[in-house]
Amino acid sequence: MLIKRPDDIKSSEITDERLYYDRRKFILAATGVGALAAVGASVSWLRATGEGVDPVGLSTPFAEDEEDVLTSYESITGYNNFYEFGTDKLDPSKHAHTLKPRPWTVAVEGEVNKPQLFDIDDIIKSFPSEERVYRLRCVEAWSMVIPWLGFPLKDLLDRVEPTSRAKFVEFTTLYDPEQMRGQKRAILPWPYVEGLRMDEAMHPLTLLSVGLYGKMLPNQNGAPIRLVVPWKYGFKSIKSIVRIRLVREEPAATWNVVAPGEYGFYANVNPNVDHPRWSQKRERRIGEFRKRPTLAFNGYGDEVAHLYEGMDLTKLY
Amino acid sequence: MTQVQFIRRVLKPAVFIIALIPAALLVRDFFQGDLGANPIEEITHRTGTWALTFLMITLSVTPMRRLLGIGALVHLRRMLGLFAFFYVSLHFLTYIVLDQFFELPAIVEDIAKRPYITVGFASFLTLIPLALTSTNRMVKRLGGRRWQRLHRLIYVAAAGGVLHFLWQVKVEEPRPIIYGLILVVLLGYRIREQRLQARKARRAPRRAAPAPVGSS
Repeated sequence: MLIKRPDDIKSSEITDERLYYDRRKFILAATGVGALAAVGASVSWLRATGEGVDPVGLSTPFAEDEEDVLTSYESITGYNNFYEFGTDKLDPSKHAHTLKPRPWTVAVEGEVNKPQLFDIDDIIKSFPSEERVYRLRCVEAWSMVIPWLGFPLKDLLDRVEPTSRAKFVEFTTLYDPEQMRGQKRAILPWPYVEGLRMDEAMHPLTLLSVGLYGKMLPNQNGAPIRLVVPWKYGFKSIKSIVRIRLVREEPAATWNVVAPGEYGFYANVNPNVDHPRWSQKRERRIGEFRKRPTLAFNGYGDEVAHLYEGMDLTKLY
Repeated sequence: MTQVQFIRRVLKPAVFIIALIPAALLVRDFFQGDLGANPIEEITHRTGTWALTFLMITLSVTPMRRLLGIGALVHLRRMLGLFAFFYVSLHFLTYIVLDQFFELPAIVEDIAKRPYITVGFASFLTLIPLALTSTNRMVKRLGGRRWQRLHRLIYVAAAGGVLHFLWQVKVEEPRPIIYGLILVVLLGYRIREQRLQARKARRAPRRAAPAPVGSS
């Protein structure tokens, strides 16, 4: 998948969301569900949004009219939690223009045989992007449906050959208060750090995203490269990554360090474990009025619940 | 026009109009679709912010009267207090109607389990008797002293409102702290003033019966 540089894209070239949606429907109609099945289990979580095409592999308790519909590009890029640019939801879209997503490197290091410093353009070239439509559930009880462009994190990790001592993966966001004005205030211990257990990191649903809605990732969404872990609360999906480190011990994830009683290391979406300050039973899908029930593992339980067998998720939340 | 007339006939209507502006902007932005991706959250935040702001403005009336030497400003106080109650009510109704859509079990659970909602709800309840006793007739019926004592509850409600805001935010933010500091200054002023008055009363020849021993 070729992704253009932002300055190559004229606004006239940006696909209208409605057209985009129809195009997907058209492609799905043209290729048919059979073709999708032929791609195999790897797309079982990829969901079609067009009517007449069964949602592929998604168990949803909702009637058809309550189905997951793509959140608008405007909302996805205008309503963000990205404290590096300020704590208000509107701050990132206002202030993220100071971030320079090129040149950009991602160091992949630690317990690996072949540590490597990747250039972002080499990453985009050597790991072909595919589209994944995922639900995103924020810990603040709102959610979106986002068509990401990206590739499995596993592909990148395989390239550097993790050793048997690698038990966790630690991700770090850029630290540069000049580019990220929010970092001038110590509201969080910068830089932002997140982590996954090795099996979570290697799970085929876990994505490194470089775009959304068929375009390069906007700065406010974590340009040039971010993590997407759809069954976990949004704060796990760290943005603007500069370092990926394979480690032996559980990484000190930022929110977990700041408020361990509120944000666990695992942070799996779980309607039965409330955040101390708000209920997690329901969520407001951006663009909808009534709240809808929150699904265990954000609806990806069939794919990921086995990772947590035998764990008490009320304690390891 | 005397100062009192100016305040009652010009300033009061002007303040009334100005105090409605935040609500008017909210209505306008709602119909223009300018409330962002999460309009309900935006309405909740805006009404909450204005509720706290009007509580602080109401509380600053008495200090302003003393500092500026314009006692007649008292004619604005009831209206400002009722505007505070108006925005608090909008904030509460936004939560009940728009956010929870009358989902009673969820509302009860929120109030019982989440401290910031518990304290916010308690503050709202605290303000209800104040709004109900804001008429001249109620002032008379209660008697000035008792009425005044009851209406000191506005400090409790305002402190609850600040705490509600402070506990609601995810990280240390300046805004709830600013409201907290304003409240401390306003309350501090009143306490200092009361101490001075008490001292004056002690020095002056006794008019009323002395306070019982041990009270402060």
